[in-house]
Amino acid sequence: MIFEVFRQERKGQPFQHAGSVAAPDERFAEIYAREQYGRRQESIALWLVPRSAVHEIAEFPDEFEMKYRRVDGYSIKARLREARERAGTLEMAPGGES
Amino acid sequence: MSERTDLLLSIADDELVLGWRNSEWTGIAPFLEEDVAFSSIAQNEIGHARALYELAAAELGTTADELAFDRSPAEYRCAPLVQLRKLEWARTIARHWLYETADEIRLAALRASDDPEIAGIAAKMDREEAYHRMHAEMWVERLLSSDEGRARLNEAVDELWPYALGVLDDGLRPELRSRVERRLGRALPDVEPVSRDVHEAELAELLEEMTMVRRSAPAGARW
Repeated sequence: MIFEVFRQERKGQPFQHAGSVAAPDERFAEIYAREQYGRRQESIALWLVPRSAVHEIAEFPDEFEMKYRRVDGYSIKARLREARERAGTLEMAPGGES
Repeated sequence: MSERTDLLLSIADDELVLGWRNSEWTGIAPFLEEDVAFSSIAQNEIGHARALYELAAAELGTTADELAFDRSPAEYRCAPLVQLRKLEWARTIARHWLYETADEIRLAALRASDDPEIAGIAAKMDREEAYHRMHAEMWVERLLSSDEGRARLNEAVDELWPYALGVLDDGLRPELRSRVERRLGRALPDVEPVSRDVHEAELAELLEEMTMVRRSAPAGARW
């Protein structure tokens, strides 16, 4: 079996894909992942996911080049503030006045 | 040398020499994941040896490095079980499992020691050895689950059994026998344990290789 390994470096941080281990079962996978991704204290937690449990999506058609969906170069912060002022919801926004 | 340093050195030598032996698989273990895990376990054993040598060194007025590298082969106190060169996976796993089983029994006894430093280091070691035992136990379970694996494990255990008994003092041997017999589901022969006073020829070869770098550098070199 192949297990995908995700590791968390510090408390509160997201788990990130670290690599994979091949192992005959979950218990061997635990030992192998522990030694491979944790022996240098580089992880505080690991997630092991059987590769067969991963549902992959790899197709994103874009037949009409809908570039306007991208937000590159579009400064949203100031516009959002103006919109919130108009609506009177500035203080309710996440982070308060910011 | 006090009984205390003799005890510390015998365990330290076991851990150092077994760590070295297990590290002989680095790069050539049966598959990559096992290679990394087994090498990591070997490094752990060497870390335990260092901590034990440091305790002994404080009492003897020397250093951990001098104890690890500068003694003559005859002065090493390690059990012959760990001295043997076993580059055959079934025997390596059998040795690993027999050693970890014996070590668990020994550490349990040391944790009850009146000496707070010895009880403390035994408790710390045991928390890491728990993962070594888990690794060894999984292999044994796997080997016992097929005819070929069972035959190879049994053959290796038969060969190593007198050596395994030699890891422990008289009083702790019955416990090792009962654990191993229970796990394998069969009786083991009554044999004479191979004591720590025996030095296998392979030990001198190992020490020659292990101390090569240290001997090549001028005394007092810092790394």
